[in-house]
Amino acid sequence: MSDANGKAEGSRTIRVDYLARVEGEGSLHLGIRDGAVEDVRLAIFEPPRFFEALLRGRGFGEAPDITSRICGICPVAYMMSAVHAMENAAGVSIAGPIRDLRRLLYCGEWIESHVLHVAMLHAPDFLGYPDAIAMARDHGEHVRRALGLKKAGNDIVRLLGGREIHPINVRVGGFYKVPTRRELSTLTEPLLRARDAARALVDRVAAFPFPEYEQDYEFVALRHPDEYPFNEGRVVSSRGIDIDVADYDSVFEEFQVPHSTALHARIRGRGSYLVGPLARYALNSDLLSPAARDAAAAVGLGPVCRNPYRSILVRAVEVLHACDEALRLIAAYTPPDAPFVAVPVQDAVGLAATEAPRGLLYHRYRIDASGSILDARIIPPTSQNQGAIEEDLRRVATACLDMPDDALQGRCEQTIRNHDPCISCAAHFLKLTVERT
Amino acid sequence: MMRPKLAVWKFASCDGCQLSLLDCEDELLTVADQVEIAYFMEASRATVAGPYDLSLVEGSITTAHDAERIREVRRQSKRLVTIGACATAGGIQALRNFQDVRAFTEIVYARPGYISTLAQSTPIGQHVLVDFELRGCPIDKHQLLEVIAAFIQRRRPVIRTDSVCTECKRRGTVCVMVADGTPCLGPVTQAGCGAICPSFDRGCYGCFGPTESPNTAALAAWWRRLGASDTDILRAYRNFNAWASPFREESEAHERRER
Repeated sequence: MSDANGKAEGSRTIRVDYLARVEGEGSLHLGIRDGAVEDVRLAIFEPPRFFEALLRGRGFGEAPDITSRICGICPVAYMMSAVHAMENAAGVSIAGPIRDLRRLLYCGEWIESHVLHVAMLHAPDFLGYPDAIAMARDHGEHVRRALGLKKAGNDIVRLLGGREIHPINVRVGGFYKVPTRRELSTLTEPLLRARDAARALVDRVAAFPFPEYEQDYEFVALRHPDEYPFNEGRVVSSRGIDIDVADYDSVFEEFQVPHSTALHARIRGRGSYLVGPLARYALNSDLLSPAARDAAAAVGLGPVCRNPYRSILVRAVEVLHACDEALRLIAAYTPPDAPFVAVPVQDAVGLAATEAPRGLLYHRYRIDASGSILDARIIPPTSQNQGAIEEDLRRVATACLDMPDDALQGRCEQTIRNHDPCISCAAHFLKLTVERT
Repeated sequence: MMRPKLAVWKFASCDGCQLSLLDCEDELLTVADQVEIAYFMEASRATVAGPYDLSLVEGSITTAHDAERIREVRRQSKRLVTIGACATAGGIQALRNFQDVRAFTEIVYARPGYISTLAQSTPIGQHVLVDFELRGCPIDKHQLLEVIAAFIQRRRPVIRTDSVCTECKRRGTVCVMVADGTPCLGPVTQAGCGAICPSFDRGCYGCFGPTESPNTAALAAWWRRLGASDTDILRAYRNFNAWASPFREESEAHERRER
């Protein structure tokens, strides 16, 4: 991408050729002409990996292991959406200890993924460092404490899943093997320490300098009657959507934009929307653990937060909630009679959405009577957020036009990182084709 | 003393192998004392110009642009180590290699004309000289630390090349294939993960790729005695290391029989 033609007076171009501290490869192009932002492009040059194509012809039981490879940062989310979709196809619903263990596994992923983002990828933006390692020279104790907190999340994933990245113990119907009470209880002590670290993280992050900026997003998240959402719930929005996941396709759609092969998502007839921590919090903050709710109130979050820069704070609150929820699940645990329930094979369509750390993750599969996958659709959170991120960029850049280029560039990068885009996840994303007019 | 310069590069992949470095919660700051992290986009905005003493490369080559980029990475790197199944064997995305990539593109994209992609996903070693290949989908973080330590100490990394079976024996895990009749790829898969799957009552599914001189056909015959079909065996060998020769050849043999 270049800006070789048509350079009017007062025009300038901000380019970030390779966006750092995000998962995957993306770039940003911002064209400013005559004091106005003309062109905003968050370009994704992640090469296509064709998961939806390569899933065809695979066994339905293979979907969790294969789709976990879409993303090394949130593999549990892929496994959870896949197993729920396959169980949906079979008409099986999992309750009791297996369901609780799935929630526990999700707690582990939320903790490790959120802390990775909060402390290692996003905090350096607020404190003026290129990365967490440089930050550790001045803020060693904070970085070490965050690493310890992140480890507590990974410990859950490893104990329950076998390993931190691409766990091996998740299967359609449940788990290959479930832990004993004693095994799970080894997590309690580290989690109690993690809980304190999470509370401290909330306070620490609350002191960051947040730019004044609010955006009137339409928030979309799962909503469950009595729990902060991980695996289940209706799809709801801040402007009145309240549907069963089965109706997702009738309300949301993917589309290609003219200059790009990247698929975006929008609400049919309405436009962009936001998934992720801000949305979950706005639609579910009444269901947070008491300590997480208190922490949020103590740092002045309020029931809805529309400042995307403060999403780092919401993530920290969710980490605290995940620690509390993990402790609750471990204390209440009684092993199930069997590690999994049988899931019959039938010619059917199955779909499900779960809450990845970055937001709603939708899977839909059609399988035949032998259990082979006929087609697959996967809509990751970053695809859904792409439109909202570009709208943020346009508004932030317009408000910050007086800044020198390097400061404006830093602000734009931060604006993107607010949403913790996971570009590796966004299996649909591709290099942009630039069209000049 | 000048610290050696470390660079981490990404090609087509899930980011999981480079994340293994950030998952070294207890060791990360120590590693950062020993080497200068000169280029690591997942972790830092700051970049130091090459040449680099050690490059870790994640991901496979799937675009013409990446085929060029890996040559430039090689030119800038004194030592180049591939990390993970994508960089070492083409990864899960190498499943396209057995199919028509245009059909693949049309399945995913409404306007496939925009897509520029190579017909195959290939390992880094098919494009440039590689000094060491670290296996795994994902890699094991302790093995990664060993590779970095070995490099600093100017020695060859001590990485086992025997099978997952030896790891099961060492940790005292009962053989799931003998005791339970569960099909397992352990006998033909390289050690390194710690034989996790059998310890969770599950057969190995081959994340670390083929071990040295695997007898894939003998294992397939054993699987058949346990009730596995050609389709089952085909799918087992055609997975995260599908493009590694021994697995590829065995899967093709069962594909022919399946027809």
